[in-house]
Amino acid sequence: MAKIAIDPITRIEGHLRIEAEISGGRVADAWSSSTMFRGIERILQGRDPRDAWVFTQRFCGVCTTVHAIASIRCVENALNITIPQNAEIIRNIIIGIQNVQDHVIHFYHLHALDWVDITSALKADPAKTASLSASISEWPLNSPTYFKGVQGKLKAFVETGRLGPFANAYWGHPAYRLPPEANLMAVAHYLEALEWQKEIIRIHAILGSKNPHPQTFIVGGMAIALDPDSQSALNMDKIAEIRSLLKKTRDFVEKVYIPDLLAVAAFYKDWAAIGGGVGNYLAYGDFPMDNSGKPEKLWMPRGIILNRDLSKVHPVDDKKIAEYVDHSWYEYSAGAGKGVHPWDGETNHKYTGPRPPYEFLDTNGKYSWVKAPRYADQPMEVGPLSRLLVAYGAGHKEVKQAVDGVLAKLGVGPEALFSTLGRTAARGIETLLLAAELPKWLDQLTANIVGGDLHIHNSERWDPKDWPKEASGFGLHEAPRGALGHWIRIRDQKILNYQAIVPSTWNASPRDAAGTRGPYEAALIDTPIADQNKPLEILRTIHSFDPCLACAVHLVDPAGNDLVRVRVL
Amino acid sequence: MSRTRDGNEHDGLPDPALPPPTVWEERGISRRDFMKFCTAMSAALALPPAFAPKIAHALDQVKRPTLVWLEFQDCAGNTEALLRSSHPTVAELVLDVLSIDYHETIMAAAGHQAEEALAKVTKEQKGKYLVIVEGSIPMKDNGVYCCVGGRTAVDIAREVCGNAFATIAVGSCAAYGGIPAAAPNPTGAVGVKEAVPEATVINLPGCPLNPDNLTALVVHYLTFNKLPAVDSHGRPLFAYGKRIHDACERRPHFDAGQYVEEWGDHGHKKGYCLYKMGCKGPATWHNCPTQRYNMKTSWPVGAGHGCVGCSEPLFWDSMTPFYRRLPNVPGFGIESTADKIGAGLAVATAAAFAGHGVISGMRHDKGKPEDHEEA
Repeated sequence: MAKIAIDPITRIEGHLRIEAEISGGRVADAWSSSTMFRGIERILQGRDPRDAWVFTQRFCGVCTTVHAIASIRCVENALNITIPQNAEIIRNIIIGIQNVQDHVIHFYHLHALDWVDITSALKADPAKTASLSASISEWPLNSPTYFKGVQGKLKAFVETGRLGPFANAYWGHPAYRLPPEANLMAVAHYLEALEWQKEIIRIHAILGSKNPHPQTFIVGGMAIALDPDSQSALNMDKIAEIRSLLKKTRDFVEKVYIPDLLAVAAFYKDWAAIGGGVGNYLAYGDFPMDNSGKPEKLWMPRGIILNRDLSKVHPVDDKKIAEYVDHSWYEYSAGAGKGVHPWDGETNHKYTGPRPPYEFLDTNGKYSWVKAPRYADQPMEVGPLSRLLVAYGAGHKEVKQAVDGVLAKLGVGPEALFSTLGRTAARGIETLLLAAELPKWLDQLTANIVGGDLHIHNSERWDPKDWPKEASGFGLHEAPRGALGHWIRIRDQKILNYQAIVPSTWNASPRDAAGTRGPYEAALIDTPIADQNKPLEILRTIHSFDPCLACAVHLVDPAGNDLVRVRVL
Repeated sequence: MSRTRDGNEHDGLPDPALPPPTVWEERGISRRDFMKFCTAMSAALALPPAFAPKIAHALDQVKRPTLVWLEFQDCAGNTEALLRSSHPTVAELVLDVLSIDYHETIMAAAGHQAEEALAKVTKEQKGKYLVIVEGSIPMKDNGVYCCVGGRTAVDIAREVCGNAFATIAVGSCAAYGGIPAAAPNPTGAVGVKEAVPEATVINLPGCPLNPDNLTALVVHYLTFNKLPAVDSHGRPLFAYGKRIHDACERRPHFDAGQYVEEWGDHGHKKGYCLYKMGCKGPATWHNCPTQRYNMKTSWPVGAGHGCVGCSEPLFWDSMTPFYRRLPNVPGFGIESTADKIGAGLAVATAAAFAGHGVISGMRHDKGKPEDHEEA
């Protein structure tokens, strides 16, 4: 038995810390904690609700559109504003390409190094790498010369003796299983993906002015005019550019990302039985196919899967959501042990220690800046896996086809989805589906413009003097990392209260009043650890959720004494 | 004379006795691509094209200076922006230009070993390395609102920025406190210069910053061996020397009195001025209209939404409500009026900052950055 600390966990967004207990080469218990607080919800009080999206967008610079979308949706819901069809389509394209780009960056730049040993790529035979590449994909960059060049670049870099961000990692860990050739191929695609993501996200620049933090969202529609006869508006030239970028998007996803994902997964099939977690999956659904606001019109459906039972999809009632703070550094005016619906949510921070610098948190007491959201008092996992499981359970045709196809290729059944590997695979499958769907949405927009519909904003309630004295609303969205909700109360044209429950609040949640673990905490239980000084396996499961906050992992001795901090590579 | 990366006094030019330029070719970058990059850089730095060879010479000699990137109260938006940088690209930055020894979002190492990499830099390269800080630093309640590895952000910043050659504060949070510092500033968030007054800090505000301005700053540093001239808010003049309003493509419509009155109206379609929709371009100094974003694809006003003034100190309070037009405008279409508005607002924000003691701190800072100009 031993205790070790990983702080910070890197290759995620934000500041997350996990403490865990290891016994007999397996994780016996774990605690998830976020160590950063900004209080943006408090900053929003008293401001113009139309400004809220600019503020909330800054919750996250990685999923840089999602809090803008949820925010304008919640204000529109509160003020009963129906947005024009064109604005809905443009938002869908922005959301879709955000998901695709984010998932690919996650796979290659945040998650891959948990499975890929870069240093092993130096031993690869470029000719064999070329054959491997050609055997799984028709991607044209697959010659021995190309891979020799990549290897040469890597070699020159390593020989400088200054590995920069690749220094001090877990290279050579026994849990790395890819042959050198697969590692070299992955390194080449790590670099290609860097170039690709920068290029395809120009779609956000065309429709949203820039990325990160696009700036054409507005309550009531979008602030980008449509006019085929203007050089200052979205015209056919710009639409053609988007179309060509969408083609590039789909090409890379189909010919590089998915083949790589399948190739890597084939070496790590045991991870289809590790990292399951709470077994409840929540999806709000997204991509409205019209502007009616009805859940049944969402392309990705809304629903809940309970206890891994895919035979029944439960409906979502946002009234059943409550947040607990019994283990979070906040206090409620109602007192301890109570769950509070976000409309009545409070962000009264109260840090109870430990005093920094510290080695370990007080996990019996309050230990995180993340609250503990629960649906009908149950913890819920959110994310691409939840979306796919809900859609699969609901009989979504494209989803069912894609999921069954991947399962067949890997030779595993649907139960393999409830795992670390399942999360990583689901992200890929969703990317594949979206990359195929996006051009169709652009076609719809084009058809509308051709038909003379240039409507982009509903200005009926733009002026606050046309608002009711009081209003409240919520905005739901599927961010790349999962179900996202914003709740707003408006009084006298100003924000009275604003609360957001973000995907990583669900997933990184600490224990609730009843002591029930959150999804990260539950997923780490029983994870095998080959070398407790290098807990690579913990990173795999945590990264499979694509955390959106900065963390750290501690492994705690069950006996509760001799808290020795062990160095972790 | 100024201090260089090796910590010695030099006249600012690279040492001609160093070996001939081969470094880039060895790394698989063609001479042609390299010179193209240098020309783009001299444009980004607002230098005459004749400077391209000088930049090329300087970069050829580069031994990949060490850089560490710290994230505090941040959203990683500036890190994401870095991933979109086009010249050089992030891959070139990481593999060829710099030795990025610590960056939580991209580094392979985790936990204690990651912190060890950081400690090694501060200890072994004292006074020689560069730091980039992203995110504000909470000062309230002994800094408990942001901890990394069990240490507070302010504790880490004092050590890492205090021992660096210079610190680049990327984004408005690191520069001026940004959104966490917006009223009522629940965590007592401040920018790097206010948290660590003794550090040499250059500010690249923006929400997030334009990555091309960051790469331009790095290249400036490598080329001239010193930091560029800055304005009273610590921003380099090559990127923040002009008002948005003065370089805006919609400016002729402002002068002609043609305004967008409603989203999606005729004026919006034809690219009229967004002033009445709340655009803060007349009060904002930034090179967005010319530098643009994402491989020069677009920028907010170009796309159709007003500027929110994100490169100005305290913009979350001074520029909101975002859709209310700038106050006290006696008449439209009069150029001098907007000039006065801009100047007035700049004075107001400068005054707010003087209150924090930031400007004076920058001005008397070891003669670096080399000189100051009022915006």
